Amino acid sequence: MARMKMAGNALTNDPFAAAFATQDVQGRSLWIDAWHRLLKNRAAVASGITMFLMLLAVVFGPMLSPWAPDFTDWDHTASPPSLVNGHWFGTDAVGRDILVRTLEGGRISLLVGLVATLVSLVIGVSYGSVAGYYGGVTDRMMMRIVDIIYALPFMFFVILLMVVFGRHIILIFVAIGAVNWLDMARIVRGQTLGLKNTEFVEAAQACGVSDKAIIVRHIVPNLLGVVMVYVTLTIPHVILVESFLSFLGLGVQEPMSSWGALVNDGAQDMESSPWTLIFPATFLAITLYCFNYIGDGMRDALDPKDRA
Amino acid sequence: MTEPVLRVQDLAVYFSSRTGSLFRREVRVLRAVDGISFDLNPGETLGIVGESGSGKSTLARTILGLLSPNRGRVLWMGEDLTRLEAEPMRQKRKELQIVFQDPVASLNPRMTAGSIIAEPLWTFYPQMESLQVEERTRGMMKMVGLLPNQINRYPHEFSGGQCQRIGIARSLVLNPKLLICDEPVSALDVSIQAQIINLLRDLQKKLGLALIFIAHDLSIVRHISDRVMVMYMGRSMEVAEKTALYRRPLHPYSRALMKSVLIPDPVRAREAKQEVWLKGDMPSPFSPPRGCIFHSRCPYQVPRCQADVPALRRMENGNWVACHRAEELDLSI
Amino acid sequence: MSLLEVKNLQVSFATPEGEVHAVNGIDFAVSAGETLAIVGESGSGKSQLVMAIMGLLAENGCASGQALFKGEDLLQKTPRELNKVRGSQIAMIFQDPMTSLNPYLTVEQQMTEVLMYHQKLGRHEAFEHAVEMLRAVRIPDAEERIHQYPHEYSGGMRQRVMIAMSLLCEPDLLIADEPTTALDVTVQAQITYLIGELRKKTRMAMILITHDLAVVAGISDRILVMYAGQMVESGTVEDIFYRAHHPYTRGLLASVPRLDRDASDDLQAIPGNPPNLLSLPRGCCFRDRCTQAQEICSQPPPMWRDERGHRSRCVLEMPDGRVENDPAGEAGPAAGKSAP
Repeated sequence: MARMKMAGNALTNDPFAAAFATQDVQGRSLWIDAWHRLLKNRAAVASGITMFLMLLAVVFGPMLSPWAPDFTDWDHTASPPSLVNGHWFGTDAVGRDILVRTLEGGRISLLVGLVATLVSLVIGVSYGSVAGYYGGVTDRMMMRIVDIIYALPFMFFVILLMVVFGRHIILIFVAIGAVNWLDMARIVRGQTLGLKNTEFVEAAQACGVSDKAIIVRHIVPNLLGVVMVYVTLTIPHVILVESFLSFLGLGVQEPMSSWGALVNDGAQDMESSPWTLIFPATFLAITLYCFNYIGDGMRDALDPKDRA
Repeated sequence: MTEPVLRVQDLAVYFSSRTGSLFRREVRVLRAVDGISFDLNPGETLGIVGESGSGKSTLARTILGLLSPNRGRVLWMGEDLTRLEAEPMRQKRKELQIVFQDPVASLNPRMTAGSIIAEPLWTFYPQMESLQVEERTRGMMKMVGLLPNQINRYPHEFSGGQCQRIGIARSLVLNPKLLICDEPVSALDVSIQAQIINLLRDLQKKLGLALIFIAHDLSIVRHISDRVMVMYMGRSMEVAEKTALYRRPLHPYSRALMKSVLIPDPVRAREAKQEVWLKGDMPSPFSPPRGCIFHSRCPYQVPRCQADVPALRRMENGNWVACHRAEELDLSI
Repeated sequence: MSLLEVKNLQVSFATPEGEVHAVNGIDFAVSAGETLAIVGESGSGKSQLVMAIMGLLAENGCASGQALFKGEDLLQKTPRELNKVRGSQIAMIFQDPMTSLNPYLTVEQQMTEVLMYHQKLGRHEAFEHAVEMLRAVRIPDAEERIHQYPHEYSGGMRQRVMIAMSLLCEPDLLIADEPTTALDVTVQAQITYLIGELRKKTRMAMILITHDLAVVAGISDRILVMYAGQMVESGTVEDIFYRAHHPYTRGLLASVPRLDRDASDDLQAIPGNPPNLLSLPRGCCFRDRCTQAQEICSQPPPMWRDERGHRSRCVLEMPDGRVENDPAGEAGPAAGKSAP
C-alpha cells in the first residue's frame, strides 16, 4: 500500500489548534484503534504475554539448559521431576531431560505452525483475492480447483509425499501448507466478493486505477482483519495437525522432536512415568488456548460495527 | 454556437436475472435506463431528478463507462465512449469524473486523505515526483476547503461533509472536464448540504466544468442547475430550463415532485391540501406499465396513455415533455 | 398534567477517547395530544435523548436526570418494567423500516405477536385488529398484503407498516426517530401527511425527531432545537419559524432550499463542521460557527424566555423576553471542561 512521506508529525490531534500550527496532524488509522481495543481484552493480553514468554523459552531455553536434548543421563532414567537432580521436568525412559526436550520440541511445533500458516496465508490471499475480484469464469475455474484439491484425502496425500520424498521436515511444511491455503482462499474470496461492490472500489475504478492496484491497495488491506483473525486460529490448528502426524509416526524424525512426537512417546509410558506426557501436553495445550484467546480478542477488536 | 461536450443518445441499460426452477427458466429483464437522450454544453449544469428506481445512478455509471449499455451512444467531445476499448476508455477517465452519494463509503477506510486524493495522480502520472504529488494534493485540499495539514488523517476522523470534500478533491485532481455528482449531498446534514452545493457551484465556475448533478429532490438541484431533467423508471419525463420548469412544470410527475417538497412554513404547510398528485406505488420494474410508463400513477391519465408511449417532444416554451396531454393540462403550482 | 416530563437529562458515553456528553441537560414536557419536534443535526444528541428515555442506550452509555412518564421516572425502571411500558404505552418507530422489521416473519406474524403479548388478544381478534390498523395507514388490499413479508413491500409501505405496528396498542406517546429520512421525496410527503392525519384523529402525543425543519413545519405544535447536546431554542412552531432567535436556528432555516425563494443567490450555509463532542468550545457551544459570535460568548450564555414560553440560549437579546435564572440547565457537566 503506497504511502506518502509527509513532513513531520503534529503535536496535537485537535483541528482547532492545528489551524494555527502549520505542522501536519497525525492520523489515527483503524489498526491503531483496533490495537487499543485489543489491549483492553485481558484474556488476549495475558495470552499474548504468555506466548511471548513461550517463544523466549523455546528459543533460548535449550541454550541455557545444562542438558543437551539428546543427552542420555544413565543415572536418572525415567526419573520423576525433581529440583535436586536438575531434571525439573523429569526424564524419559532413556534418560533424556524432558524440560529441554519440551522446549526443543516447541521450536519445531511453533516453527511448523508459523511457517505453514505463512505459506497458506500468502498463497490463499493471492489466490482468493484474484478469484473473487475477477469473478465469472476465472473465479469458477479457480474455485473448482480448490474444491478438487479439498476433496483429496489429506492423509493419503501426506503419506504419498512421505513415501516418495522421505520424512523431511520441509515436507511437513509443504504438506500442511498445501492443504491450509484452501480454507484461506475461500475466506478471502468471500470477503473480496463483498469488497468488490463497495463504493470506494467503484470510485477507484472510476479513477482508472488498474485491477492489480485495486486488489493490492483497496481489497487486501480491507480483508486483512478477517485474515489475521483466521491466521491466529490456523496456527493452533496446524500445530495440532503436526501433532497428529507425529502421533501416527509420520511427523518429524528423531533426534528432532515436536510436541506431538513427545506426546506420542509420553502416551506410551503414561502409566509408569506420566510426567513424560504431562509436560509436553501442557505446553501444547497452553499454546492452543493462547492462540485461540488472541484470535477471539482480535475478532472482537476488529469488529466492523465499530469501524467509523 | 458551441458544440455540446456530451451527447447521450437513446441510451438503454437492461439487467437480466434468471429466475424460475430448473425446468422452467425465466429471464426477467429490468430496464433500468430505457431510452435517455440529452446534450450537455460546456460549463453547463444539468440537474437530473428522480426517485429510487428511476435509473439515474445507472445512467451516471453508464456515461462513465462503468456499465455497458444495451443500446445507444455516449458521445464525449464527438467520440463514442461506448465503442472504446478498455485502455483508451481508461485514459478518458482523466476527463470524466464522479462524486458519490455516500461520502464515507466512497473512501477507502485504510488510506489517508492524502493518499486518496493522490491516487489518481499515481495512476496516470506514475513518474510524477512525490514532492510534486504532495504539493498538488495539498492544493486540492485547500481548493475544496480542507486544511492541508489534515493530509495524514483517515476518513473516519472526518465528518461527513469533510469526507465529501475529500471525494470532490479526488475527482478534481486530474482536471476533468465533466463531473457527475450522484446525489452528493443526500447523506449530509441540511446545513452542510448548502456548503457542499455552494462549493460545487464555485468550483464549476472556477474550473469551467460541465456538471451533471443528480438528486432525488427538486429543491436541491434548483440552486445549481441550468437545466433539469426529470426521470421516472428509466425514462425522461421532462427536460427544461430551470426557471421554466419551476414556474410551470408540464409533466404530471414533475408537478408531483414539486408538490412533494415540504414547505418550511407552518401556516402554509397546514393549509396545503393533500390533493392526489400521485396514485398508488411505483410498479415493479420487472413489469413496467404499457404505453406511458407513468400512467398507472397519473391522476390525469386517459385511455390513450395506456396504449401509446409518448415521445419526448418540444413545447412552445422550450420544455421537452413526454406526455400526451401536455398542451391541455394546466399544472401551474 | 404533562404526559412526559423530562428534567435535566444527561447522557454520556465512555469511549476510548474520553467521556462524550451526548446530551447535556435537556428539559421539556409533552402533554397528551401534543406533538413536539426535536430538531438537530449530527452530534446534536437528539437520538440519544430518546434512546435514554426508552432505555435503549448502548452499553457504554449512562443517563441521569429524570424522565417522568405519567409521574413515574422511566430512568429508574428495570428493563422488565420498561418492557411493559414500551410497545403498549410508548411506541417508537425508527428511521430504516427494513431493519426494524424482521425479514423472516410475515407482517401478520409480527403484528399479531405485539397484540397477543401486550393486550392478551386471541389470534383471530389480533388478526382483525391488525388488518384494521393497516387499513388506517392506507395500505391497499390490507387483508391479502398482511400475509406478505417485509421485503415484498416498498420502502414507503414498510414505514406505514411500522407506523401501524406502533399504533396497535394505542400508545399514549409515539416517538418517531427520523421516520421519513430514508424515503423518497414523494413518499416522504405522503408519510408526513399520514402523521398529520394521525395527529388530528387520535389523542396520541408525539415526539418527532428530525434534522429537517421542513418536515415538521406542518405537523408539530412545538419545536426543540438541539445543538451539541444542548437545547439552544425551544418554542411553538410559529415562534421557531417566524420569530427564530438563536443564530443556529436561523442558520438552519436559511439553509433549507425552498422553491418559493430566489434561486440565483448562494444557499445560506452554516460555516464550519458539526461539533466534536470531545472538545466543545468553552462557553456557547455554537460560537465557532456563529457569524455573530462575540467576546462574551466565551461565557456560558443566558437563557432567554418570553411569556409564551419561547426560550433561547444566546447572549443576543430577545425582544419581549427576560433572562431566566437557570442554574441547573445551562451549566451542564461539559461547560468548563471543554476546549483544549
